[in-house]
Formats: sequence, structure tokens, C-alpha cells
Amino acid sequence: MLRLLRTIQLGLKNLLLHKLRSLLTMLGIVFGVFSVIAMLAIGEGASRQAQQQVLELGATNIIVISQKPAEGSGNGTNSEVLQYGILRDDFRRIRQTVNTIIDATPIREFSQPARYLHRNMDVRLVGCTSNYFDVNHLNMQTGRFISERDQEDTANVCVIGHEVAETLFPGEEPRGKAIRIGDVFYSIVGITAHRTASAAIGGSLSGQDYDKDVYIPLETLRARLGDEIMIISSGSRSSEKVELSQITFRVADAKDVVPTANVIRETLSRYHADKNDVDLIVPLELLKQAEQLKWIFNVVLGAIALISLIVGGIGIMNIMLATVTERTREIGIRRALGAKRGDITEQFLTETSVLAGSGGLMGVALGLMTPLAFSLIRWFAKQAILDPSQQSASKMVQMFDGLEPVVSWWSLAVAFGISVSIGILFGIYPARAAAKLDPIEALRHE
Amino acid sequence: MNIVAELIKLEKHYDLGAVLVKAQRGVKTQFAEGDFIAIMGASGSGKSTMLNLLGGLDRPTLGKYYLGGEDVSQLDDDELSRIRNERIGFIFQSYNLIPQYTVLENIEVPLHYRPGYPAISAADRKRSEELASRVGLADRLDHRPTQLSGGQQQRVAIARALVNDPDIILADEPTGNLDSTTEEEIMRLLHELNREGRTIIMVTHEPAVALQARRRIIMKDGVIEREEFGQQIPDEVAAGAATTF
Ligand SMILES: Nc1ncnc2c1ncn2[C@@H]1O[C@H](COP(=O)(O)OP(=O)(O)OP(=O)(O)O)[C@@H](O)[C@H]1O
Ligand SMILES: [Mg+2]
Repeated sequence: MLRLLRTIQLGLKNLLLHKLRSLLTMLGIVFGVFSVIAMLAIGEGASRQAQQQVLELGATNIIVISQKPAEGSGNGTNSEVLQYGILRDDFRRIRQTVNTIIDATPIREFSQPARYLHRNMDVRLVGCTSNYFDVNHLNMQTGRFISERDQEDTANVCVIGHEVAETLFPGEEPRGKAIRIGDVFYSIVGITAHRTASAAIGGSLSGQDYDKDVYIPLETLRARLGDEIMIISSGSRSSEKVELSQITFRVADAKDVVPTANVIRETLSRYHADKNDVDLIVPLELLKQAEQLKWIFNVVLGAIALISLIVGGIGIMNIMLATVTERTREIGIRRALGAKRGDITEQFLTETSVLAGSGGLMGVALGLMTPLAFSLIRWFAKQAILDPSQQSASKMVQMFDGLEPVVSWWSLAVAFGISVSIGILFGIYPARAAAKLDPIEALRHE
Repeated sequence: MNIVAELIKLEKHYDLGAVLVKAQRGVKTQFAEGDFIAIMGASGSGKSTMLNLLGGLDRPTLGKYYLGGEDVSQLDDDELSRIRNERIGFIFQSYNLIPQYTVLENIEVPLHYRPGYPAISAADRKRSEELASRVGLADRLDHRPTQLSGGQQQRVAIARALVNDPDIILADEPTGNLDSTTEEEIMRLLHELNREGRTIIMVTHEPAVALQARRRIIMKDGVIEREEFGQQIPDEVAAGAATTF
């Protein structure tokens, strides 16, 4: 043990003799280790983000979404009104036939301008039932949420999101006042608490910003606005008819999720088979996919990082071979004074390992700063994107926002271990070349 | 008179494919303990080859080499390393110090390769410092070889050769690179060591230096051509020796 320390000390000493050269040689390993750690950290962060999002959706939930069919497909291409999506009949059928479902939350949503006095804001108008509140883990800031009574009465009441309240009622108490959407006034009964926007997952669900929501009873929405909505785009008008935008079904147990989802899929396919206008999202399945994706991600990124480590190793081997040539005389001297072949092998192997090991330590230090580096990059990215209204850009920022790299201890250990192993692996050849030298020849070397 | 080393029908051949170079062709001789021997002869006569064999840096092709009763010609590489470490002190023409080491560290190099690899103790350190001061470098312990003159470097090499208390000191043209004053210093040191009872075998081209040995072996074409005996130490060397030590 003491002897190993001595050899390491000797190795360090020789490396410090050529500081710049040692440093440059180490860089390959430093960045190799850093990239291993950083990639694993980002992979882990992304996976946790996905997990978090899926859990937010609810692991025991099954979500059915209406989606606009691709242009030219489905029916209604000739008619004025394009009808697609979930029907109230679908909802009824599923509710009645699938007995594992313990709760169902249908909604209908539009993007609409909301008005109060002269103030104006584009909101997401959500017609929902009272259980929407629990399903989406909402919290009230003041007042109450939409109730069963409101449904029965088709009352003109609404609950507004945090940002809606701040925009339309700056410095005012919104409760008791009414906002206008279309031609209808809805009196405000509550305000939901602020909630950070969730990011999009896997392209199937868009990110959601609950702060810009206005909730009204589903029945009220149907009675006041109907199912049709007019879309005016580039001069031409078209109408869309959608009965329900989304239904969130809940089952009692996670083991019921997949069978229930299959039954729902079956039921829906009977009426929507070739229209392709409904989509089924099973968070539990997404979770599994995310897990699989994480593995693939880790393996691919790990392989890339490993390649850079190997390149670093080759760099070290190159320098060590040069060092052996340069120090042939020294090897001869040591041999003449009693060093065995093994001693020489050990000396050079230790030197290479110390080189790779210090590079590894620096890489670990850099790796620990991954979250910091990442938030710096994010900050710059945000500065660079001047127009946040741009759809794709804001989505990217949103995705970045939720992603926090997670540096795990095992990744540090693994990366450092790999760097030292690479040092040893690539140090074997030069060290053996040094030990094989004939002492007399080595002493004669200029 | 004890025999410290014995060569019996020693042969060393170098097979160069087309030719077979016979650097030693049946050398037979004995070296007495405490003797001071000079090996002479024309260039290529096999002096260095003999010294390398004596030092265990090389193995004979044929014949036997006994060092203190041990048959060195049969030893493997690791055992030869041990022999070099424990029983041989080398002094080279070109000093062969390790450039990145200080004087003290250079003197201590053989200590790192002792059997069992004991750590360098305080006693070892003291001995190394004493050796340094014996060769007149007490105030230069932290200097690097490049900061020393040729003579000083050779004195470091002598201290290093002594650190493991060897049976024989082998010197291949130790004064070959030095001027006459420095040569006297080195010779004075060697005489001093010899007077302490150490066996010294020294290759030299200079007759004046060779005459300072008690026994001269003259090599020719890989064999001992003849031998001479008798020691002539010049007044400067002898006088210096008396005053220096
Ligand atoms: N490694 C080797 N390969 C081939 N031939 C060698 C080798 N070493 C020595 N020789 C040959 O052996 C012979 C003796 O060489 P050696 O070095 O012993 O001579 P030397 O007496 O020390 O000469 P010098 O006075 O020039 O140092 C020479 O002919 C030399 O060419
Ligand atoms: Mg020679």
C-alpha cells in the first residue's frame, strides 16, 4: 500500500515535470468523462421529467382526445361543417359498458377571447364537470370550483386561472364580476392558484398552461355555444363540430389500466375506425415507453461518450510511447541499479493511470457542474429567442424549462472508473515496451 | 585471499545473422576481494562486454560466472536485477544520472529497488546524505544534474554506487569525459574506497590511470592477452587523498 503510494507519487512527479503536455494529454479524458456524466445526467433528467409528466396525467388514467383528421381524410370534406372527434354517444357507451371505470371527466375546450371592460385576453375556455378539479390536481386561490349544481342549472358561472385574473383584473377583486366570452357574460365564482405550465410529452399531448384557463360548466357551454365553432383563417370561413374535446377516464387499480384501455379502444374503433379522429393516451404506457426510451438514450449517449474516452485513451497511449522513447536512458539506468522488468512496467502503468485518473477527477469536477452549465445554456437560449410567441421556439423553451439534469453518484463512479481502466488499458502497451528494453541498449540510448 | 568473482571459459557471442561476433572468447580469470583492477585494450577488444557480464547486465553465451560463490550465469532476469541492486555499484563514463532528480534523489534510486521494497527510512536518508558529503556535495543535495559540472555529476554517481554497500564497484571509463584535475579527484575517491576494502574493476584507455590500479588486464580480441601488476599513484593523487580524507 505504502509502496503503491510511492509509485503514484513518483508518477505525479514525472507528470508535473511536463505540466502542459500532461494537461493536454489529459484533456481527452477530461472531456470524455465529462460527457459521460453530462449525458447520463441529461438522460436521467429527461426521464424524470417524462415520469413526472406522466404521473401528473395520472397513472390510473386513460385519456381520449379528439383530434382533427388530416386534410382530405374522413367525412365532411364537401360539407360546410367539419365534424370530428368524440361524441357524447361514445362517452355514454363507454361509461355504461366498461365497469372498471370509476370516474370520467369529459371536457370541451375552445380558444376564445375573454373580455372585461376594455381589457381583452385570449383564454382557453374549458367546459368541464366538477371532478375536473381533482383530476388535474388544481388548487383554488379564492372561491370555489364549478359544482354539480352549476351543471344542473346550466349556470352562467366561471372559474378563472391565475393569469386571467391578473390580466383582466389588475388590482381588482374578480369575484362577483363577470367576464364576457362571445355574447355571454359569466360571473366569476373562483380563481385557481398559480401552477407551472407542464411541458409536452412525446408529441402526443401538448403542454398545458392552466393559468390561462377559464372554466365553465360543460352543460352551460353546450347550451350557450353549441358544438360548432367558426374558424376564420386567411379570409375563408370554416366550421368545425366537435362534441367533446377530451375525456379522462379513471380506473381503480393500475392493473386495470391496460385491459380497460383496450376495451375503450375497441369501443371507439367501431365508430371512428377509418376517421382517425380520436386518440387514446395511456399515461402508464407512456411511462413504460419513457423508461424504454431512457435506456436507448443512455446506451446511445453512453456509446458516444465512450468513444470520446477511447480517443482520449489513444492520446494517452501516444504520449506514453513518446515518453518511453524519451526516457529510454532513464529506464536503462533504473534497470542497472536493480529495477526489475515488473518495476518498470509498474512505474509507467502508474504514470498512465495517474494521468488518466487526474483527467478523470477533473472530468468528474466538470461533470458536477452539469446542472449549472445546463441552466446557463438555457438562459442563453432564452435570451436568444427574442420572439417568444413563435410556436416552436416557445415549445422548446418550455421543454428546457422542465428538464433538470440529474447527476447521479453512480455515474460519477462509473465515469471515473472507466477513465482509470482506460488509462491502465492503454498504458499496458507502452509500459511493456519500456520493460522489454535491454538494459545495455537502453543505457547506450542518446 | 578471498575470491569475490570468477570467470570460467566465458563466451559472449552476438549473432548478427550474417556474422557471429565473439565479444568474449573463453575468458578465464579470478578477482580477489579488495583488489583494484584496470581493464585495458584496444577499442572493440571486449572490455565493456566483460564489465557488463560482471555487472549482471548481460548473460554469457557459454561459460560460468561466480559472484561471491553464486553462479550468476544461470540466473533469470529478476535475479540478475537483484544482483545488480545488492552487490554491484556501477559508475559510467557518461554519469547516467536521472535528470529530473536532485542529487539526493539520484543517490537514493537503488534504495527504491531493494528486495521487499522497504520504504526509505530516516537511517537510509542519513546514509545518503553522508555519502553526498563524502563525495563533497553536502551543500548540493537539492541540485539537479544539469546544475553540476561533469566531475560533480560523476561524484554523485559514485555516491549512488555506494548506497547499497556493494561487493564490487564496476567503472567503465569513469574519467573518460573529464579533464585531468577532475580525473585526479575521481581517482582519489576510488583509491579511498579501495583502501576501505572495496573491490574496484575499472575499464580505462589511459595508461596513467591504469597504472594507479594494482592489477592490469590487457584484453585483445575477446581474450585476456596479458596481465601486469604493481601500483603507481602520482604524488598529486596520493597527497590529495591524504589531505582530503
Ligand atoms: N549488442 C551488440 N551486438 C553486436 N555486437 C556487439 C554488441 N555489443 C558489443 N558488440 C561487439 O563486441 C565487440 C566488443 O565490444 P565492447 O563494447 O566490449 O568493446 P570495448 O572493448 O568496450 O570497446 P571500446 O573501447 O570502444 O569501448 C565489438 O566488436 C562490438 O562490435
Ligand atoms: Mg567500451
